[in-house]
Amino acid sequence: MAAVMHGVLLAATATGHASLVDWGTFVVAAAIVLSGAIGVVVARNPVHSALMLVMTLFGIAVLFVLQRDDFLAAVQVIVYAGAIVVLFLFVIMFLGVDRDENIATEPLRGQRPLAVALVALGVTGLLLLGEVSKWTTGALSVAGSTDSSTSNVAQLGTSVYTTYLFPFEVTSALLVIAVVGAVALARRPPAVVTAPDPDDELVDESAPAAADAHQEVTP
Amino acid sequence: MIGAASALNGNISGEWYLALAAVLFAIGAFGLLIRRNVLVMFMCVELMLNAANLTFVTFANMLHDIGGQVLVFFVLVVAAAEVVVGLGIVVAIFRRRANATADDFHLMKG
Repeated sequence: MAAVMHGVLLAATATGHASLVDWGTFVVAAAIVLSGAIGVVVARNPVHSALMLVMTLFGIAVLFVLQRDDFLAAVQVIVYAGAIVVLFLFVIMFLGVDRDENIATEPLRGQRPLAVALVALGVTGLLLLGEVSKWTTGALSVAGSTDSSTSNVAQLGTSVYTTYLFPFEVTSALLVIAVVGAVALARRPPAVVTAPDPDDELVDESAPAAADAHQEVTP
Repeated sequence: MIGAASALNGNISGEWYLALAAVLFAIGAFGLLIRRNVLVMFMCVELMLNAANLTFVTFANMLHDIGGQVLVFFVLVVAAAEVVVGLGIVVAIFRRRANATADDFHLMKG
């Protein structure tokens, strides 16, 4: 801990105080993040929630860039804002739930005060933990240290493809399982209406031929 | 820890990022507790995951350790898988009940 703090202090004195540009960027990005997050919670229409989520994710990406974390900022925009939110919007439109809902009434009595109390308790505990505790050991992990002389992508790639190679391979299995699971869940169950019973054909003789042909096409 | 040292994070001390992440996590948790639409609840989970990601990146820079950024990478993968399966479940439920409200999901069978 002491060694880390010493290094940190050295680095801080070497670079001097935060510039006005950095602070301005941070404040604007933080405002975007927080207003977007509040928008997700209070928007009545799920589509508006999804768009507010995009705003929050962009703000987080700006904060990543501000911390010299370029690769994850790009991935944040591409994967989160580009893929996950589009998936949300697709499902909202697919299900047709893109209309306002009534969030003025609480479904459970006392739910909201209880939620406020629980969340305030949790966050206060979290901030107190950061304020009073000294539980960081200062020992670096096996992943390697950040170094401003080489690019962020190179460092991250080296760590992922050497130290974390096995977890990286496991994530590919996880993604395949997720895709197969999603297909199995969202697929229509093997329909019972298809494959007309041979006995029904006698009854269906009066039906037009086109309808029969259509029935034969469906498996 | 806060105020003990002005760590190098960009040039802004890391405690500001940590506080912002805590507030973001709180908003997400609050939304998860009060909203009834399953899709919006999923979005609130995404907010909480992003707060955790911001914390990871901040600590990676404060401690000069790339491990935090690698973890964010894996969190992204797991979040993508979670959203895909979760939305698949929502679609499957919606097909039977025509409703996306969490209060109605009180049966283990359709």
